[in-house]
Amino acid sequence: MSTPLLEVRGLRKAYPGVVANDDVSFAARRGEVHALLGENGAGKSTLVKTVYGLLRPDEGRMMLDGRDYAPASPHDARQAGVAMVFQHFSLFEALDVAENVALGMEVPPPMRELATRIRDVSETYGLPLDPNRLVGTLSAGERQRVEIIRCLLQDPQVLIMDEPTSVLTPQEVAILFETLKRLRTEGKLILYISHKLEEIRALCDWATILRHGRVTGSCDPRQKSARELAETMVGSELALPAAKTREPGEVALSIAGLTAASGAAFGTELKDLFLEVRRGEILGIGGVAGNGQDELLAVLSGESRSAPDSIMLGDLPIGSFGPNERRALGVLAAPEERLGHATAPDMNLIENAALSGRRRMGMVSRGFVNWGKARAHAEHVIEQFDVRVPGAGSVARSLSGGNLQKFVIGREILQQPDVLVVNQPTWGLDAAAAAAIRQSLLDLAGQGAAVIVISQDLDELMEISTRFSALNEGRLSKPRDTDGLTLEEIGLMLGGAHDLEIGQGLSAPDRAVEAGETSP
Amino acid sequence: MDLGSINPVLLIAALLLASTPILLAAMGELVVEKSGVLNLGVEGMMIVGAVSGFMAAVESGSPTLGFLAAAAAAAVLALLFGVLTQVLLSNQVATGLGLTLFGLGISSLMGQGYVGIRPPASPRLELPVLSELPVVGPVLFSQHALVYLSLALVLGVWWYLRSTRSGLILRAVGESHEAAHALGYSVLGTRLAAIAFGGALAGLGGACLSLVIVPQWTEGMTAGRGWIALAIVVFGSWRAWRVLLGAYLFGGVSVLQLNLQAAGIAIPVELLSMSPYLITILVLVVISSDKRRAQVNAPNSLGRTFHASG
Repeated sequence: MSTPLLEVRGLRKAYPGVVANDDVSFAARRGEVHALLGENGAGKSTLVKTVYGLLRPDEGRMMLDGRDYAPASPHDARQAGVAMVFQHFSLFEALDVAENVALGMEVPPPMRELATRIRDVSETYGLPLDPNRLVGTLSAGERQRVEIIRCLLQDPQVLIMDEPTSVLTPQEVAILFETLKRLRTEGKLILYISHKLEEIRALCDWATILRHGRVTGSCDPRQKSARELAETMVGSELALPAAKTREPGEVALSIAGLTAASGAAFGTELKDLFLEVRRGEILGIGGVAGNGQDELLAVLSGESRSAPDSIMLGDLPIGSFGPNERRALGVLAAPEERLGHATAPDMNLIENAALSGRRRMGMVSRGFVNWGKARAHAEHVIEQFDVRVPGAGSVARSLSGGNLQKFVIGREILQQPDVLVVNQPTWGLDAAAAAAIRQSLLDLAGQGAAVIVISQDLDELMEISTRFSALNEGRLSKPRDTDGLTLEEIGLMLGGAHDLEIGQGLSAPDRAVEAGETSP
Repeated sequence: MDLGSINPVLLIAALLLASTPILLAAMGELVVEKSGVLNLGVEGMMIVGAVSGFMAAVESGSPTLGFLAAAAAAAVLALLFGVLTQVLLSNQVATGLGLTLFGLGISSLMGQGYVGIRPPASPRLELPVLSELPVVGPVLFSQHALVYLSLALVLGVWWYLRSTRSGLILRAVGESHEAAHALGYSVLGTRLAAIAFGGALAGLGGACLSLVIVPQWTEGMTAGRGWIALAIVVFGSWRAWRVLLGAYLFGGVSVLQLNLQAAGIAIPVELLSMSPYLITILVLVVISSDKRRAQVNAPNSLGRTFHASG
């Protein structure tokens, strides 16, 4: 066995009040896809940020290729041959692809030459990309390609990938894996961060498992079952949500032929939308980010208004109603962005409870807020949904993502909605918190409410929804029963892989077109 | 009423000079805002530049020294804003407003002994032969050096933002400071440099007013030009050429309405006096009415406080 390319010994990093990494050690070789596995808050991100030079460790040392390695900044890391593909926060929407790539390079060539090189690399690795397009107009999968190409152009030895598949369709994941396998044969080390176990079992050669900032195990993930890995990761047994069995009732809310432009600069127009959701069912809407999810939520919540009869609540046309009127009628929504959209970050939980619940919970009379009722509602949510905070007086910003999400969902559910729309209800949550939220959505539907779940997590949608529909470039596909739906079929419904080719081979749709042309 | 007394050639020649203070201040603010900082203190920096430049020129007898002192003094004032907002993370809007009030106050204190004095003359740049050409001579080749400098700056800023690496980094910082930080660029350093540059240009604009256009020192002599510069940057959707257009439009209407007042046209003076402000804003609003395009050009992190949390 050759010497490790990257070795980390006894790394420790503490923030005020929390130890993010404690005595973390691992070693990884060339030509290896090395998984860093762990729950949210297990210290994976801190660890790779240290390797990439964004953070400096309090204790411990790192070795790269047998030499001491202590990067003071990402510039040092890149010069030493370490590159990183971020989960988010590292692309500039108003700049074009070539400019984004140039910003990630130490010594970028002139723009024209760079554009040629981007084309070359993207062809070699089967990741087609137009260097002149604005990043804001690209899909999530294409944006990730920008990041990968940015890294590859620097010919790195170590490539760090932070949750790369969270926003991809199954087909795009397959293509990414091909690219990564190719890089592995070229002798590069890939540090792969994820909490998706099946992926890691399919791709990775070795896994280091973290929990609460410590290494709790390391193994060959192909030799273990997903359940064994999960239990090392979580430290307890997983509770899966109860099965879904219920009879759908009458139609609660329907949309017929709605077309709506987006208010945002790089938004997606909703085109000719048909949607129907019944009492007692969960309608799952899948799709890659940026295909109209935010616009759909805005149309349903009343933030963007439309013609009165384009949206019907039973027999009542509500298309022209704003969010407050819809709330009064029992149509509630929980948007994706928790801070700033779902809650006011610097207001406390009582105030945030009052903001969404004042109508339905009778918190306002003659223009005065009944803070006693608001506090009672907030405390009820905290208790029922196991929101871990010092008290209802804490400001929303001080809650962790998972806790705040539990509050946001609980706040709506306890108002007993007739129709609830949620976007990305479990994004970024650890397994236990996600399971609790899914269970509460199932319970709500069980009580006869109609629930629409917009999510990018297909496993989640398969688990809880009765029917499934895909959102692609602002169009909603015809819903199908989730029973018996395969991942392959879902991928085709999502249709996100139309411009992708693996290597130089033709993709399936292209072949179909060719076959169609040759037949008389 | 005698419209015949208005000479179009002199009008255009005067327009270029009258627009220069606003153009300079607006180009500075454009760079500042492109880096993601909203500095509402342009008016304050301009007037501090005006008085400092005036004092330095009177004491030394050299207009050039006056201009340099104006740029330096306003840059120092801008850096005060920079330290407050970028290092101590104060609110940019409140601090910028405070900077304007502070600048107006301190400038009248500094300038107390200088009211009613004439500064040393800063001559036009007369180019042999070219200046004597009819029409184009007075318009293009007989202007003050600052006019040429301001035009060169428009070109320079446009080229800098579009084509240089440092300009790209500046735009990136303004677009998303988190992402720029994650890639290892110094958000603080970039922004402080942009703020100082913006201050220096605002100061130069102020000195252009007190040393060349008026030329004398009176309290509050910038008369809202700093605010117009701010508006021009926003309505010009953060593009150098539109800012140039806005500044010249404002200067042009200002000069024209003065000429119309002198010619005794039958429009109330108050309406004429407000016309430059009104027309500039109206035209720029119409130009930038494509909301989506404006959103693309607007720096995404504008006015947001950045704190590197690691």
